[in-house]
Amino acid sequence: MAAEVIADSTTPQMNAPVRSMWDGGNEPLKASYGKLMMWFFLLSDVFTFGAFLISYGVARFSFPSFQGEASEFIFSQAYWPIPEKVFNSMPLFHGIDAPLVFVGIMTFILIMSSVTMVLAVEAGHSPALNEDERQAEVEKWMLWTILGGVAFLSCQAWEWAHFIHGTEMFVTSMDEVARSTGFGANLVQNQYGPPLFADFFFFITGFHGCHVLIGVILNIIIFYNVVMGVYRRTGHYEMVEKVGLYWHFVDLVWVFVFTFFYLV
Amino acid sequence: MSDTTHHDDHHDHEHHGNFWTNYIFSTDHKVIAKQFLFTAIFWAMIGVGMSVIFRLQLGFPDADLSFLKPILGKWIDATGKLDKEFYLALVTMHGTIMVFFVLTAGLSGTFSNYLIPLQIGAVDMASGFMNMLSYWFFAAAGVIMFYSLFIETGPASGGWVIYPPLSALPQAMPGSGLGMTLWLSSMALFIISTLLGGINYISTVINMRTRGMSFNRLPLTIWAFFITAVIGLLSFPVLFSAALLLIFDRSFGTSFFLSDIYIGGEALPNQGGSAILFQHLFWFLGHPEVYIVLLPALGISSEVIATNSRKPIFGYHAMILSIIGIAVLSFIVWAHHMFVTGMDPFLGTIFMFLTLIIAVPSAVKAFNYITTLWKGNLVFTPAMLFSIGLISLFIVGGLTGIHLASAAIDIQLHDTYFVVAHFHLVMGSASFFGMLAGIYHWFPKMFGRMMDAKMGYFHFWTTFIGVYAIFFPMHFIGVAGFPRRYYSHTAFEPFGLFTDLNMFISTAAILTFFAQFVFVFNFVYSMFKGRLAPANPWKSNTLEWTTPRFPGHGNWVGAIPQVFRWPYDYSKPGAKDDFIPQHIPYSETPESNLPFEQKLAEFEKQEQQEGIRIQKESQITTDNNENV
Repeated sequence: MAAEVIADSTTPQMNAPVRSMWDGGNEPLKASYGKLMMWFFLLSDVFTFGAFLISYGVARFSFPSFQGEASEFIFSQAYWPIPEKVFNSMPLFHGIDAPLVFVGIMTFILIMSSVTMVLAVEAGHSPALNEDERQAEVEKWMLWTILGGVAFLSCQAWEWAHFIHGTEMFVTSMDEVARSTGFGANLVQNQYGPPLFADFFFFITGFHGCHVLIGVILNIIIFYNVVMGVYRRTGHYEMVEKVGLYWHFVDLVWVFVFTFFYLV
Repeated sequence: MSDTTHHDDHHDHEHHGNFWTNYIFSTDHKVIAKQFLFTAIFWAMIGVGMSVIFRLQLGFPDADLSFLKPILGKWIDATGKLDKEFYLALVTMHGTIMVFFVLTAGLSGTFSNYLIPLQIGAVDMASGFMNMLSYWFFAAAGVIMFYSLFIETGPASGGWVIYPPLSALPQAMPGSGLGMTLWLSSMALFIISTLLGGINYISTVINMRTRGMSFNRLPLTIWAFFITAVIGLLSFPVLFSAALLLIFDRSFGTSFFLSDIYIGGEALPNQGGSAILFQHLFWFLGHPEVYIVLLPALGISSEVIATNSRKPIFGYHAMILSIIGIAVLSFIVWAHHMFVTGMDPFLGTIFMFLTLIIAVPSAVKAFNYITTLWKGNLVFTPAMLFSIGLISLFIVGGLTGIHLASAAIDIQLHDTYFVVAHFHLVMGSASFFGMLAGIYHWFPKMFGRMMDAKMGYFHFWTTFIGVYAIFFPMHFIGVAGFPRRYYSHTAFEPFGLFTDLNMFISTAAILTFFAQFVFVFNFVYSMFKGRLAPANPWKSNTLEWTTPRFPGHGNWVGAIPQVFRWPYDYSKPGAKDDFIPQHIPYSETPESNLPFEQKLAEFEKQEQQEGIRIQKESQITTDNNENV
């Protein structure tokens, strides 16, 4: 064996050896493996949602947009509907054109539940509080987060119900709608425009809704554990933080879904 | 060894469990790895067996196949011919089983699980429970896929790429009925299994490395498994999305991938979807998938070749960079599978260019293997032979990859046997050789016994010659234009010319298939009756050989060894032995230290004197206390 082989090898060249946090024997960046796992799961989920939203984009731009004055808009199979015209209703305010108001409220609720989640995580780590106070604070903010999630899901249920039920606004004649597509939308027929619009609406908001539902269930489990003092005994509230990561992610995905479906 | 026996017993007492927790629902990464391995061998027998059946049809189109009736039942008709629909199902299931169940689960599942904790110096995976779930999701996927082989309408038969509308419409072909539903359900479970495994591998490599095991000192196996897990984590979710959308199209009347279809003289109501969209989504997984199966094999061969050449791997950092380079590029080349879909030629040129760039890191790897072998003291163990075989297949198959990357040539060769020959060499056989190399090399660690080398040599030479005899002639059939997935070539006059060649290929396939039973016999026999393995049979540097012969749950008895050097200190000038394992400090080898290593040796001593370790540990504990 020639000596050059070793000299030429790519063994790390260092002048003054120093320890680095990546040298092994510890957790780089002080992130536990549980937190890392959550991050990597979320990264993979980004690609799942990414594929759906890109598919939505492909479908959206394979149809023409409505050309003309917004005030003259009517629903038609010939072009992609304007979302503001589809999602313009509010519970208890039948017949009033309130574009995106209800979905705006939904979004606000979900974002607020992320805020309360931050406060729960913060309370769990807070050195200023004693054990009792910490548990009480985490309980309080987790409860608010759960309520926010449930409220969002309830709003979504109403919105789906309305979407499925149909509207008499922006149509040429009631008979015409009844004859061609029927009122409302399902996976096969769609009053508001091409069936693909409804397909993607149900699929993507439904897939997101499943994520929210799982998040609410996880939050309830965590809340139960907090109340039972499980984390108090283990000595830290990292589980709250891990579930918090998931919850923020679900929130972030909604921002994208909102942007693609309602704003663009 | 004898001094550790006592500790072993003690260890077993600590972790006493019953049969179910020790062997079935075990959370020990070594047991899970073996579960993956046994399952993969089972699937390999079925997957390769299927290919032999359809090779019979292709090589001997006039033969009477009624002797297969006991296995295939009604799929052999009254005249002793293979059912045409079932032929398509065989091709589809062969692809699915080999790509996903054998080469993905069999390679990553077995070797990532087995080697990551052992080679980085960890007691187990980050989450043993998730690791166990990963295997059982895979097992459930397997059960569903296996069940689909026996249903009335036959298993999925639209090709392993399951393009809609063929796969989306039950009326399109018998296999697109229940068979495809089961295929999709099985794959959904398989993807969950892959994600659970991958998340675990990545977290383990980042967080659980023993002291001193920096990324610069990771064996290339671990680098390959690590990057493979990252690729899987980012590409499998996209297949999951595509599969979910397809499930909706099939079962709930949506039109994501369907538009303008007339079937049986009837127009379908589905409008607006895009079948090409599915291909984009599929190949966004499909192309990285090629590297998901190949990179672990390359990682294994890096380790085996360096060990058995008694030389440091040539270009350690170049190897890592090329693994990363391949990983990044694998995500931006998928459309080279779609040159004939009416893609914009300009876009095609971009994908062609990006694809050709992959030749660079691939060539770096190939050259590094050859230069590692160059002037080494080669030890031809069966594992070494299979690794060298892998390089041979990788180069030969890689060269035709350059042809196929070129859009102009691909449009001619698309969907011919040339493509079949290409990917069977570069991805199928090469990865399979890597898997076999890994089994031969780490068998002593897995089961504490040696495999029989003579049977190994026989297995290697028959398989190596067999693989070339099968796939090399396919290039010529492909260049002549014969399309893949066709039931018969005798119906077309120009292809009658290749009857003899097809017969030759089929004969080689049958012989190679039966040669694999030598391996299976060797594997099972050696597991129980093999010679007991010495502690370090290949005189290897990596940490797994510092564990007891039969490592218990927890791997090491006593403290986990600390790592002081990279894993490739073979034949170091001045050293007493021709290998210095990773856990030997530089301060113990002053005779072979290079100048900068001498500095490291001083650093080691200094560190001990100052008690940095103790300080650090106490600091970590105080940090944890602060967090509370």
